[in-house]
Amino acid sequence: MIEHRSHTYGVLGEFDTEHQLCNAARAARQAGWVNIEGYTPFPVEALNDALGLKRNLVPLITLIGGLCGGLGGFFFQYWVNLYAYPMNVAGRPLNSWPAFIPVTFELTVLGASLSAVFGMLALNKLPEPYHPLFNVERFVKHATTDKFFLCIEARDKKFNVDDAKRFFEGVHATNISEVQDD
Amino acid sequence: MSATQPPVNSPHIRRLAPVLEPGHSYATVTDKIASIVLTRPVSIGWLAGFGLAFSIVMVLNVAVAWLIIKGVGIWSINIPIGWGFAIVNFVWWIGIGHAGTLISAILFLLNQKWRTSINRFAEAMTLFAVACAGLFPLIHTGRPWMAYYMFPYPSTMEIWPQFRSPLIWDVFAVSTYGTVSALFWFVGLIPDLATLRDHAIGKPKQIIYGMLALGWRGSARHWHRYQSAYLLLAGLATPLVLSVHTVVSFDFSVAIVPGWHTTIFPPYFVAGAIYSGFAMVLTIAIPLRAAYGLEDFITMRHLENMAKVMLATGLIVAYGYFFEFFLSLYSGNKFDVFLVQQRLHGPYNYYYFALILCNIITPQLLWFQKVRTNVAALFVMSLVINLGMWLERFVIVVISLTRDFMPSAWGRYSATIWDYATFVGTLGLFTMLLFLFVRVLPAISIAEMRELVHQTSEEHE
Repeated sequence: MIEHRSHTYGVLGEFDTEHQLCNAARAARQAGWVNIEGYTPFPVEALNDALGLKRNLVPLITLIGGLCGGLGGFFFQYWVNLYAYPMNVAGRPLNSWPAFIPVTFELTVLGASLSAVFGMLALNKLPEPYHPLFNVERFVKHATTDKFFLCIEARDKKFNVDDAKRFFEGVHATNISEVQDD
Repeated sequence: MSATQPPVNSPHIRRLAPVLEPGHSYATVTDKIASIVLTRPVSIGWLAGFGLAFSIVMVLNVAVAWLIIKGVGIWSINIPIGWGFAIVNFVWWIGIGHAGTLISAILFLLNQKWRTSINRFAEAMTLFAVACAGLFPLIHTGRPWMAYYMFPYPSTMEIWPQFRSPLIWDVFAVSTYGTVSALFWFVGLIPDLATLRDHAIGKPKQIIYGMLALGWRGSARHWHRYQSAYLLLAGLATPLVLSVHTVVSFDFSVAIVPGWHTTIFPPYFVAGAIYSGFAMVLTIAIPLRAAYGLEDFITMRHLENMAKVMLATGLIVAYGYFFEFFLSLYSGNKFDVFLVQQRLHGPYNYYYFALILCNIITPQLLWFQKVRTNVAALFVMSLVINLGMWLERFVIVVISLTRDFMPSAWGRYSATIWDYATFVGTLGLFTMLLFLFVRVLPAISIAEMRELVHQTSEEHE
């Protein structure tokens, strides 16, 4: 059994609607599984509650990126105009900060946007061209098209293939498959 | 319901066309949009259109090559008109891009469902328009291979850019805008690329789409972070798009040239940008939906809503023209008053009158529902407005520069064949990129259409 588990990524159940998926996710959590994950062809907000997902780190990363971009942008211009290359233009003060605002603003947006996108990708551990789920034919055909999937992962302490299969039968999954990782 | 109200199905109540024709499921929207890219054979019409656009890009290549060999003297720019077509085209193209960001970001924040089927190609339009726009200031510098001088980098000459200049603000605004638009577009594409990967037949397509999809598999935790990032990007792109044309207008309004030195420029430039951008979205959407049978997704509702946005922004632009005119006269500044006279009676007055006809008078037809729901009329109107917005920038750039303070400094401007070749060349580049785009990437966001199917089916329940 232990040898078998090392090659199993988890057990995958397929559902026709997002309501069935959400109900199954809630039931799985109540049954005590922790490492479960839903797969949907479009974002389903009810699933976040069903899986108990709360906040994520993307907004914080974006805020930090934006602050770095903005402060870095402003003080870079400050340094250029006061120390690196002071230029007297029509007697204006060297720290003519209102004139630095457009570039500061643009760099704030740039820093925030880059960190939002790359932060999101990094937290999602993407790019990840191979994933065990891609070994399941029905998952490849339908997960990004029209079906809803729930996976109980083998890394869960309580995991056991037979229990998971029996659970999916109980919640009327239309298809149940064991996901092999090889 | 009170007895006096007409029944819901009364023919007297005009019903808005739906944002998605009924009868679609997750699978049908996916197949319909993905099949354009994956299974539909290349048509004669596509080849002809692509070939024509490609040959115009060759004209652009020749024009730019000759410019680099000979210098900007091949254009008609000289003292006092140093800006000419290059800047007119730059402002025109960058303005067109703005509608794409407006649709993808601002309408997303406002939760407008009708944005869903038009946002993808509108964002593509933004990217391609920014690419065309960026070309002009680059080649207008005369020595484009020195363009990196505009960026702050530790050079051995120990000089740095002048951060108090709107032209440097422009460098940052346009390059940030290009970068953020590309990010927004790509993030929106990731789930669709995964769909294409899973539906593609044959290894090469599977590998290319698979690499681009980054291994997306629709996991709930991924979607959760993805939605946060997408929402934040929309929130960031909204002030960004307003700032870009504001900065572009600063290029003019910070100068003391008559007709440019006015505080109304930023809002009036932004409204004009959205106006011309929506016109361009219509110019693209109308042939696209006809060629690929997308009438179910890009419905009359979309076209009518875009027409309404054009009408509204057109009125803001008209208000801008009126106040530009009024404030010049009211200021009592003789140079400003003279400039108004020059617009009405000067050598370029026919441009000004054509601009009023295209941008203010013609769009008033959009008040009529019959016009807003007539595809052919909308298409013609969108072309007229595109032309009108180009004329607006011509009037701003050329009339002010040819008639500044000293009569001894006055001049005339007439474009050369190379000016026209470069401009028409960028139109070809834009069209060619759009032709390529509709063949290799989904022109409508598939994941968001599935969400729309989900939402509309819940409403029916």
